[in-house]
Amino acid sequence: MTVTAAPPAMRETGEPVVAAKHRNPVRFAVLIALLVLLLLMLAPLLVVALNAIKSPSEYASGGPLSLPGHLYWDGIVNFWNRVDFGQKLWNSFLTSLVVAVLGVVVSILNAYALGIGRVKGRIWFLVFFLVANLLPQEVLVYPLYYLSKQVGLYDNVISIMIIFTVIQSAFGTYLLTSVYAQFPTELLDAAAVDGAGRWRTLWRVVVPVSRPTLGVLFTFFFIWTWNEFFLPLVFLISNDNQTVPVALGVLQGDRLMDATTTSASALIGILPAMLFFVIFQRTLTRGITAGAIK
Amino acid sequence: MAGKKGYAVYLIPGVILSVAVIVVPLVMTVYTSFTKWNGVGDQKWIGFDNYTRLFEDSLFWSSFGHILLLILAMAVVPTLLGLVLAAVLFDYIGKHFGDRWAAVFRSGFYLPQVIPVAVTGIVWGWILHPDYGALNKILDSIGLTGLAKNWLGDPKYALYSVMGVMIWFQLGYPIVMFMSGLQRVDPALYEAADLDGATWWQRFRKITVYLIRPEFYVVLVTTTIAALKIFGQIFVLTGGGPSNSTLVPSYFAYKNFFEKAQVGYGSAISTVLTVLIIVLAIVFLRLQNRAEKAGA
Repeated sequence: MTVTAAPPAMRETGEPVVAAKHRNPVRFAVLIALLVLLLLMLAPLLVVALNAIKSPSEYASGGPLSLPGHLYWDGIVNFWNRVDFGQKLWNSFLTSLVVAVLGVVVSILNAYALGIGRVKGRIWFLVFFLVANLLPQEVLVYPLYYLSKQVGLYDNVISIMIIFTVIQSAFGTYLLTSVYAQFPTELLDAAAVDGAGRWRTLWRVVVPVSRPTLGVLFTFFFIWTWNEFFLPLVFLISNDNQTVPVALGVLQGDRLMDATTTSASALIGILPAMLFFVIFQRTLTRGITAGAIK
Repeated sequence: MAGKKGYAVYLIPGVILSVAVIVVPLVMTVYTSFTKWNGVGDQKWIGFDNYTRLFEDSLFWSSFGHILLLILAMAVVPTLLGLVLAAVLFDYIGKHFGDRWAAVFRSGFYLPQVIPVAVTGIVWGWILHPDYGALNKILDSIGLTGLAKNWLGDPKYALYSVMGVMIWFQLGYPIVMFMSGLQRVDPALYEAADLDGATWWQRFRKITVYLIRPEFYVVLVTTTIAALKIFGQIFVLTGGGPSNSTLVPSYFAYKNFFEKAQVGYGSAISTVLTVLIIVLAIVFLRLQNRAEKAGA
């Protein structure tokens, strides 16, 4: 990159070098403009963080942009205890983890049959999974709600786990099938020569080789499920079963929510997401692009 | 290549789950859309009545009208803005200040996408709150009290406020997608353009935009579909109000299902929304194929 960035031809003419010097102030203007834009993008989150650690009286006197005179954790602590936030975090974590694991497993099994096994009618299966990806959840919600009541899984995280395993694996199957369609046949043949059956080949050859893609899928499924709002809102009505987004979302407009409590609630909703973002960042950026070129 | 038989068994768990969670509910919703049902008791077959009622319902039309504006805010503006920003970050900031700077900007712009939609709704609901919200307080403190509005509570401004929030929310996605697409571009092309004396803008239009068309289509389709499906932000920010000025189809369906117990009518709304999304996806795929063929 560094070598090609300054081709020798440019120096010979002389003119572009002069032009580059003239452009220097422009460069910094562009950088500063972008920094301002970035600050504007992050401002809402920064304002939330600032006011989450401010006492209500300080907010009343100093407004939203004043720096807090002292750190005030009561807003966060009180809110945490009031909604039993630890329980919500656990519900969200458990749901997301189970969905991510099961979603990846189902995607692997489907993609093994479709991408490597090329079973009959595979195009129709793929069309089905593609359409399943597109469906708005509203078109599934009422029957799912009705059926889950019939089988006694309404207001139970298990119903959410099953539903999201299927929804996420529809995307996973679609993505992973195209990856497996290009799986090196030599590896499969070698496994067959060694006398490995299909089941063994899948877990000993296919899965280890495709581990990077599976990691991306796992990350996606986890974060997507963590962030889901609509179906958990409908299914998880009792306090003990709610996930983080539902617990926070239904409190909006509550009389007990003043400015600092609201920002405290927003901050503890943002923090886990930021944590995942930092942990998964590498996988995430790789993964967004992996899903793109299809 | 190994024999093709015996793989079908691996599809069994996936097929059983898909039938239970997707196929059966989908068929039930479409059936229900032809009935009158309050969620308990018997469903009464009424043919196309829900649909004729739907097409005469001004709320239904206005909810789709709102979606058009939200497509502008969630798909068109972020895609165009993201395209310019991605190109600036990739071949201006990246080249003159280093890839690190570009990566920092990219992460920063992407951050709103990572936070749960319900939580971004809370953040903005608080900032835009008429009494204690940060925006009005700030306007007050710099003497612009006259500009302070009831951003989400006034039917005149609510939808525009939501649109602003959605641009903020969506912008990072096209930037990340386009920047990864630009990695494919051969640096020699840019150098050739430089040698020919092309300006940055010419290069952007003739090379950058042309080469990342695949990403462009993917971003436009996925963001448009996301706009059609929008629910969480509306639920948290406005609840479809005030006086239905921010009502969207998914929230309209939700209200009929769970607040008004008009399950048949809600099903008809969801069915129309689903058909619309699938038609849109097909049209986009067609356009993309044609563009790829024309480009080859």
